[in-house]
Amino acid sequence: MNLVLRRVAAMVPALIGVVVCIFVLTRVLPGDPARTLAGDQADPSVVAKIRTDMGLDQPLHLQLVRYFTDLLHGNLGFAWHTGHSVASDFASRLPATVELALVALLIALLAGIPLGVISATRRDRPVDHAGRVFSLLGASMPLFWLGLMVIVVFYNKLGWAPAPLGRVAEGINPPTGITGLYLVDSLLTGDFVAFRSALSHIIWPALCLATGSTAIIARMTRSAMLEVIGQDYVRTAVSKGLKPSVVTLKHALRNAAPVIVTISGLQFGQLMGGAVITETVFTWPGIGSYVVQSVLATDYAPVQAFTLVAAVVYLAANLVVDLVNARLDPRIADA
Amino acid sequence: MSDLLTVDNLTVRIDTSRGPITPVRDVSLRIPRGKMLGLVGESGSGKSVTAMTITRLLPRRNVHVTGGRIEFDGRDLTNLSDRSLRAVRGKEIATIFQEPMTALNPVLTIADQVTEPLRVHLGLSRRQAADRAAELLDMVGIRDTARVLRDYPHQLSGGMRQRVMIAMAMSCEPKLLIADEPTTALDVTTQLQILELVMDLQQKHGTSVLLITHDLGVVAQTCDEVTVMHNGQVQETAPVEQIFEAPQADYTKRLLSFLPSNRERSRTARPAEGPALLEVSDLVKVFPGRRRRGRRTEPVAAVDGVSFSVAPGRTLAIVGESGSGKSTTGRALLRLHEPTSGSVSFDGVDLMALPAEELRAMRARMQIVFQDTYASLDPRWTIERTLAEPLRLHTDLDAAGIRERLAEVMELVGLEAGHLERFPHEFSGGQRQRIGIARALLLNPSLVVCDEPVSALDVSVQAQVLELLKDLQDRLGLAYVFISHDLSVVRLIADEVLVMSRGKVVEHGTVDEVFAAPKHPYTKALLAAVPSPDPRARLDRAQRRELVEAGTKEAVA
Repeated sequence: MNLVLRRVAAMVPALIGVVVCIFVLTRVLPGDPARTLAGDQADPSVVAKIRTDMGLDQPLHLQLVRYFTDLLHGNLGFAWHTGHSVASDFASRLPATVELALVALLIALLAGIPLGVISATRRDRPVDHAGRVFSLLGASMPLFWLGLMVIVVFYNKLGWAPAPLGRVAEGINPPTGITGLYLVDSLLTGDFVAFRSALSHIIWPALCLATGSTAIIARMTRSAMLEVIGQDYVRTAVSKGLKPSVVTLKHALRNAAPVIVTISGLQFGQLMGGAVITETVFTWPGIGSYVVQSVLATDYAPVQAFTLVAAVVYLAANLVVDLVNARLDPRIADA
Repeated sequence: MSDLLTVDNLTVRIDTSRGPITPVRDVSLRIPRGKMLGLVGESGSGKSVTAMTITRLLPRRNVHVTGGRIEFDGRDLTNLSDRSLRAVRGKEIATIFQEPMTALNPVLTIADQVTEPLRVHLGLSRRQAADRAAELLDMVGIRDTARVLRDYPHQLSGGMRQRVMIAMAMSCEPKLLIADEPTTALDVTTQLQILELVMDLQQKHGTSVLLITHDLGVVAQTCDEVTVMHNGQVQETAPVEQIFEAPQADYTKRLLSFLPSNRERSRTARPAEGPALLEVSDLVKVFPGRRRRGRRTEPVAAVDGVSFSVAPGRTLAIVGESGSGKSTTGRALLRLHEPTSGSVSFDGVDLMALPAEELRAMRARMQIVFQDTYASLDPRWTIERTLAEPLRLHTDLDAAGIRERLAEVMELVGLEAGHLERFPHEFSGGQRQRIGIARALLLNPSLVVCDEPVSALDVSVQAQVLELLKDLQDRLGLAYVFISHDLSVVRLIADEVLVMSRGKVVEHGTVDEVFAAPKHPYTKALLAAVPSPDPRARLDRAQRRELVEAGTKEAVA
């Protein structure tokens, strides 16, 4: 418990730093939101009026103070281009992104870890070479290209995938919002029609999103396992007459697990970022596609909020990693 | 009765990145039932490869048996299927390894690891296996079995971990126990206890033991028969008394001649004369407590009021077991670890009061040689680059002058100037230790702290390096602070001896006083625990055990 409190406390300065960086970055970006909002033909006095309303005429440090106060009140600002508060836009869109990232992470773990373990235990055999080629391809394939290929092949040509528009098929009511994650909600309410539709919609973008992470998790698992397999205690396990599967999964994988957990935590952050591209390609109604629209509209507040949320997710993922690792390795808790 | 294990003309090939090597050639050995065979040799002799080949514990990818048979209890292990071999491993042949620190799985509890063979081979239920594990730990002399079973390996001391390994190995009452340097990483007093334990178990259960070791003393104290290996081949096999009293092979004779106890001091210990070069008084080094399960432990006084002096050209040995504070003392007096309190004066100068700048200049005259030279040399730098660095920092020699000095020092330590262009991995252990000594000598020091300088070396190399150190002392008038756990080495080189335990000095005297008439029980225990390379000295085992127990108790109190 102590460990949790210490780690959470350590997140505070990091968050403050993130907020300041975001603020400064968005203010030095080119583009004038007041002018965009007013339109090209607007009268200069109208632009000035908008600027005053938005607080943009104030000195930077006062704007920063105001930004902080707003954040502490849970006010993420107003998204001019949608006409809603950023907070309400996020509330409706964040679950879609989180669901996508979680499903992608699940796929990456379920595929990456076995791939890495198999590669390591069959080092330099054909399986290992195939695994390494896949890792290389997976890690170097651009996400937008992969997404488009999946749509062309599996939707256009084969017709296996549903139209890449939204989280469920048209005409199906989304499940009642409990967690906001359609897969979870539809199961909770027993709505299996919605579940099937949601699953068939999320699986394709999630597969694309997971490809890069699967490759990286497989590579890291392989190298962590190779290192562990060479350790004395693995030889001890063999000398006891244990089956190879027990030696690999119980004795070796348990020791490689901290490395895998750490890389998975980092990958979750990556997946949130990768969602921006995937969501745009698959018109997934998450915060990734939302933030792209905001940038194009020079709308500061949603972009700031997105960056902040991404940072929080990233820090939280690393917190989870630390806590899981402390459970996995008794030496960390004692250190 | 036939032998339990017969190895006939075993040849093993290992494929390395530099091509295949054959570390074991035509090796034959036999272990009668209920007997202990010692397999002796220096590093690279092939003794471990031979032993690990018996149950195929080496990586299958690149290790291949290319000839010979391994007959165990009527079966040839070399053509047993993997599945059948698994039934032999841990059940009929169990193995204990050199490093108890790394041989246990760090993320599994002791209970988890000890119960595994019981459940796999004897089919015990979880509950039965746990009960049996507690009995086994009790059998190997672990008292608080319930707690130890819940512990993870890092919470136990080295000796305890080796006991756990033994308990695990004995769990299915194997017919053969392979012990690969089981006590090399342990302190002498712990070594004695572990060896006693193995011998007791062997007698009680009639287990045969294959003991692999480089330590002839250990062999003399434990084995019935001895096989000596060198360069992948068997040199000699004979009953233990015969090996020590009438060795046949030239190599065995050479090996015996290197034993510190078989070598005489080349000169007698000399009393100090004139003013002391180094005076240490009341040195204290306290390390802050570590965090353990969220709580801070008590601060540890690693060095607790140590005083001594060293005269020019003399050797003071600091002796102790791991955790005694001997190495910390060596480092604290050079201010490599900043001492907590106390005073150190070197050549009349108070080191504690010296500002950083002057201390750096003074360091040229006080050098240190480490145990593991490999770890203290940069693997990507040539020896020349590593050695030239202190000369550039501390002297105003030009490039030609530096080269000249390097060649001079290399010759001094018995290496060639041509060696300078090589990288650390291209040298043998003994050569690297010479490089470490060369580095220490470059700046013409008057004091060298030697921290376990020969502990990692084979006996033959050990003898050469000790000779070199003595020779350098005579020629250059060096004073040594010689830190070691090995009493037989200390007897050969020291003028004065300081025995440390738990940060405190328990005995201090000339080498003759300490070795001939030790006063403190702990010193007596240390001396008694050194395995004597005389098979006939085994008779006083009980007496020896008593001395060690009394002494270690005293040291802990």
